[in-house]
Amino acid sequence: MSKIVRTVANQLMLFVLVFGLYVIMHGHVTPGGGFQGGAVIASGVVMLIVAFGSGQIKKSLRERRLSLVESSGALLFILVAFAGIGTVFFYNFLVGSRIFGGIPPTGSNPGDVWTGGVIPLMNLGVGLKVIAGLSAAVLALALFSSGEEME
Amino acid sequence: MRQFFAWLCLIVLMVFLVIGGFKMIHPFGEPPSAMDQYIIDNSQKEAGSNNVVAAVVFDYRGFDTLGEATVLFAAVTGVLLVLRAGAKKEEA
Repeated sequence: MSKIVRTVANQLMLFVLVFGLYVIMHGHVTPGGGFQGGAVIASGVVMLIVAFGSGQIKKSLRERRLSLVESSGALLFILVAFAGIGTVFFYNFLVGSRIFGGIPPTGSNPGDVWTGGVIPLMNLGVGLKVIAGLSAAVLALALFSSGEEME
Repeated sequence: MRQFFAWLCLIVLMVFLVIGGFKMIHPFGEPPSAMDQYIIDNSQKEAGSNNVVAAVVFDYRGFDTLGEATVLFAAVTGVLLVLRAGAKKEEA
């Protein structure tokens, strides 16, 4: 693509990253969550692939690193789920504790990020997983269609 | 002829099943069932989450989300397994 498109995509990627991380970390307060925020960031990666070409993006996004991030996200999700197994699988054991333990008042209220128990942690795990997974899948498909291969 | 009657019977049966199924659905917007009302009342207390959808997805119905994550994992694994470098070289 032309230099204008490349420059604009370069500047816009920062805002896409910030907005995606905001959607992921505020998943328990506002609409959104891990899947949605991860999809936002993965569409930013698609924008970069369109602007710069998949051969250029291949140099900075390695398959091994993406797999590592995706697997660690899945592992975080399952570990948090297993951590509550003293009561039951997927028990929200962090409500009322020191970490993300705030309890919002019942009814409508402005909301606080430091609430939700295990829900923010699970949002983070799913978010990492979706970012890396969708980026890897899209990059592999783009490289395949342009005749190159992923490293 | 026999095939025609078989299809006719099948279509009539399907129509009756579909109509019966639609009649049994909980009507939209009616007074909520016990389960919805429980989640709406207690998600802020029990899950500490203002977003009731997030509370359902990650707390009350966490197991379904685990399945969803597994589907995504399998899809990405399949794409990378088929399309990454080295998949072709072993064949040649």
